[in-house]
Amino acid sequence: MAYIELKNVSKSFGTGINRVEVLRNINLSIEEGEFVAIVGFSGSGKTTLINLISGLMMPDEGEVLFKGKPITGPSHERGVIFQNYSLLPWLNVGNNVGMAVKQAFAQLTNKQRKERVVDYVDMVGLSPAIGKLPKELSGGMRQRVSVTRALSMSPDVILMDEPLSALDALTRGNLQDEILNIWSKDKKTALLITNDVDEGIYMADRIIPLKPGPKATLGPEFVINIERPRDKTGLNSNENFKKLRNTIMEYLMKLGQERSASRSETTYELPEIKPVIKSRFFRNKAS
Amino acid sequence: MKDKSIHLLNFIGLSFFEPAIRLASGEEVKKNTISLMKKVGLPILSIFVFLLLWHSGAMALYNIEKDARIEKALTERGEEAASLERACIESNGVTCKISTLPTPAQVWSAYKSLLVDHKIISEKKTAFAEKVAATNAQRIEQGLVPIKYTGRPSFVDQIWTSLKTVFAGFLLAFFIAVPIGIMLGLSDTLKSSVNWLIQIFKPVSPVVWLLLVTMIVVTLSKGSDGDSAFTISFISVGLCSMWATLVNTTMGVSSVDKDYINVAKVLNLSVGQKVFKIILPSSFPLIFTGLRITLSVAWMVLIAIELLAQSPGLGSFVWEEFQNGSSESNSKIIVAMFVIGIIGFLLDRMMLTVQKFVTFTEE
Repeated sequence: MAYIELKNVSKSFGTGINRVEVLRNINLSIEEGEFVAIVGFSGSGKTTLINLISGLMMPDEGEVLFKGKPITGPSHERGVIFQNYSLLPWLNVGNNVGMAVKQAFAQLTNKQRKERVVDYVDMVGLSPAIGKLPKELSGGMRQRVSVTRALSMSPDVILMDEPLSALDALTRGNLQDEILNIWSKDKKTALLITNDVDEGIYMADRIIPLKPGPKATLGPEFVINIERPRDKTGLNSNENFKKLRNTIMEYLMKLGQERSASRSETTYELPEIKPVIKSRFFRNKAS
Repeated sequence: MKDKSIHLLNFIGLSFFEPAIRLASGEEVKKNTISLMKKVGLPILSIFVFLLLWHSGAMALYNIEKDARIEKALTERGEEAASLERACIESNGVTCKISTLPTPAQVWSAYKSLLVDHKIISEKKTAFAEKVAATNAQRIEQGLVPIKYTGRPSFVDQIWTSLKTVFAGFLLAFFIAVPIGIMLGLSDTLKSSVNWLIQIFKPVSPVVWLLLVTMIVVTLSKGSDGDSAFTISFISVGLCSMWATLVNTTMGVSSVDKDYINVAKVLNLSVGQKVFKIILPSSFPLIFTGLRITLSVAWMVLIAIELLAQSPGLGSFVWEEFQNGSSESNSKIIVAMFVIGIIGFLLDRMMLTVQKFVTFTEE
């Protein structure tokens, strides 16, 4: 039995003529301890997919199972790292993490909870910034806090919704390594949503493309059989990596072309417009 | 130390001190001199221009009034009466004082005389307190009400009374508007069902509120011998001014960022925690903007309400001076006007500082 399982899941938004079916017939199963990346174009319904798994949204059709039971709402067992960090701006780093710890570990004493917060903040190297407000931190540091907040609840699954897409390339690389480190330590199940194929190959065990929406479905999976720990610089010269990268890119490019072709079916004829100057003022100027 | 004090001054909205402090420590002399001129020099200049315009305007009005009186004396009672009238006006006689817009100098002397008056009255009060101390102690022993000073209040006493009224009204507005605003913000059903009430009552004039409150309080206070004027005025002030807070709180609570709500859901917060840890903190900026508007509206309507309710305070001071018509009363009204304006400004600054202290900024 799969750890997380989506069976024929469909999700639509809006009503009546504005109703858009974002996801259709999504079938996905993730095993325990696996790192799966879902790659897709922007606007293809990636966030909707992760919201369905986290329990923030309910599917219209089909079912989402976690450990064999249908998901009824958000839970501590599935930690979410949001794309835009979603830190509470009025709380400092320690309190942002502390809020999550307090919810997940209500049975601990205040002191134990505090120690846990300090440990987790230290894990991502933010100890000097523990008393700072989110606005005083850089984008990378904020996302670190967001990662820490999700992990401090020690969830069984980490759901990541394009966590690194707003960061610069260097910070991005660092954080990828940090997330991989944490993941490999206690082998949590992880689902990463991304629009960067390289990121997916570097981090995941499997890559599954999401075909562009509306009515998005999952494409064929690509298994990444590169040994861990993977070396980022060595990866570029790895034949296996190159081949995988090319296949996935080609597949995505084809999808992209299909999408733009289907979009440009209807053409709009523009009327021929010539300026008509009637005013006396302009005529005088012209002559 | 220097940077700390500059930071503090900027925080409470007195940023114009910054160049002066930097200049005093000899830092970037040219830049700070220019900045000081802009921030301090120009406002002072504009004050002088204002005083000059006021003075010449007041003089012009004085001359119009004077000419009209002499003209009237000339046509009604002949040449001799006219020259007598002129002499009387120019010698500033008591019988023929001209009452029009006072000049800045007159207002300043009225201000000083009000202070002197305050000193005299407080001396009288202390003297009175000493005189009745023994009697009052006896009366308290016998279970009687102690004798109180019942003389005329001074201008400074009136200011304190007004401040007390405005704070009582503000607190009333706070305790009514914030909880109701939160409830309305949380529930769309509740909001749409009472929205008509808010929309209708919001634009109602202070005078009408006063009359409404008077109707109710007078009936309710039948039988008790307490002073209902204060009750009436502070309740009216609260009811007039609470709408800004009510509307802002409702808006703030109902428009919390979706991301924060998602965080609350993912963390599995209970309803109470969601309200107190997510929704309220994130709507603090809007709630405080509402409270600031409420306080300034409260101060503005207070004067009108005191004037009508005959409750002691700056409003009734202005009204009494206007009725009184003594030679100095016009100047005293202008003094009151400035005092009202300056206190209003200080109250707003105070709220702004509190607001900065308790609310967050996104970036």
